[in-house]
Amino acid sequence: MVTATETKKVQFEILRQNTPESEPFWEKFEVNYRPNMNVISALMEIRQNPVNVDGQATTPVTWDMNCLEEVCGACSMVINGRPRQSCSALIDQLTQPIRLAPMKTFPVVRDLQVDRTRMFDSLKKVKAWVPIDGSYDLGEGPRMPERKRQWAYELSKCMTCGVCLEACPNVNSGSNFMGPAPLSQVRLFNAHPTGSMNKDERLNTIMGDGGLANCGNAQNCVVACPKGIPLTTSIAALNRDTTVQMFKDFFGSDRMVD
Amino acid sequence: MSNEREFYWRRLHSLLGIIPVGLFLAQHLVVNHFATRGEEAFNSASHFMESLPFRLMLEIFVIYLPLMFHAFYGIYIAFTAKNNPKNFGTLRNYLFILQRFTGIFLVVFIAWHVFETRFQAAIGAKEVNFNMMEEILSNPWMLGFYIVGVISATFHLANGIWSFLVSWGITQSARSQQIATYVTLIIFLALSVVGVQALLAFV
Repeated sequence: MVTATETKKVQFEILRQNTPESEPFWEKFEVNYRPNMNVISALMEIRQNPVNVDGQATTPVTWDMNCLEEVCGACSMVINGRPRQSCSALIDQLTQPIRLAPMKTFPVVRDLQVDRTRMFDSLKKVKAWVPIDGSYDLGEGPRMPERKRQWAYELSKCMTCGVCLEACPNVNSGSNFMGPAPLSQVRLFNAHPTGSMNKDERLNTIMGDGGLANCGNAQNCVVACPKGIPLTTSIAALNRDTTVQMFKDFFGSDRMVD
Repeated sequence: MSNEREFYWRRLHSLLGIIPVGLFLAQHLVVNHFATRGEEAFNSASHFMESLPFRLMLEIFVIYLPLMFHAFYGIYIAFTAKNNPKNFGTLRNYLFILQRFTGIFLVVFIAWHVFETRFQAAIGAKEVNFNMMEEILSNPWMLGFYIVGVISATFHLANGIWSFLVSWGITQSARSQQIATYVTLIIFLALSVVGVQALLAFV
């Protein structure tokens, strides 16, 4: 079936970079339009035939991807100025030329692929888990009220995609701010009945280097988050928790959790 | 300057902006407003402030030290941000940027203002009174500089109150933060009127 749509083209401008140290450069591509295309299927087209708009052969564009349904966070990149997942970025909803760039808040590995290690390091630093390992069976923990579980589920949707860090003006090469995502995880695990047994440790960590106090309340994170996590509410709630913790640490007679 | 004590420096910066610097600004603008009642009223009000007991101590501990800490730590904070209004054109992002711009401008404005008034008086070159301000503000450029300075200060304080409420965990919900935006907007408008009216009284 030969129709007019088959000759329709999609214009791309991609910020490319060959090695972590080399200079980035823009390269233009043209891809045949197909209905229901997303940015990833377009990138796959370019990979099949890596020729730029001037007809010159080039290297295939590198990017990260995994789940293809906006739950893993791997395919995040800056699309037309906005950090988001390329799997859920539909061509029909984007203005052309579609400009793709890596999330430069993170070290660029190659082209659109970045290294999000710093986020996973932050999660380790704040102990974003419920510690239950021991040398004997600790038994069941306290029950969580169902309504609280539903509320906590929203915070647990975070996929460490890095979009909130890219959107934040205070996360950059000149600061070591860990960014909104790991902070919100502190709120999540401090709300868990078993996790709250270590809440003072997590609070003290985010009261340290690169922690909570670096937030400047520009509130871009909550606008950018693809999962709709109330990041700024989490930050404000942690501000209250750390205020209390600060006074407890100084005026309290001992260092009990509660 | 990023270190383990950063949390406490930031909290101190946030607190000092309100108490005592913010309170002092409000007091200063209110006392200035005596100028609208004429030269004599302004001079007697300024004389009353000048003859407060322990004036030097009050100036050092209520104004100079807190203000200098707030200013210098604020410069560091302003320059750690990488602004991105092009990609995120939300009200809060613009206010975030404006807070940093007015902060930097205020360091310049206040340094000049203190030099032109207190320092000149301290070395005995001038006397702080109605005539002094009348003379300064007779220059239209200076009047413009002072109006921008006063409005920057009232904006920086009003928006600073908003972020103080968030930074200390008082306003958490989106709704409470929204209402705090309206309340601080009113504070900004009210203080701006008070401050600019006083300036125009010298012209």
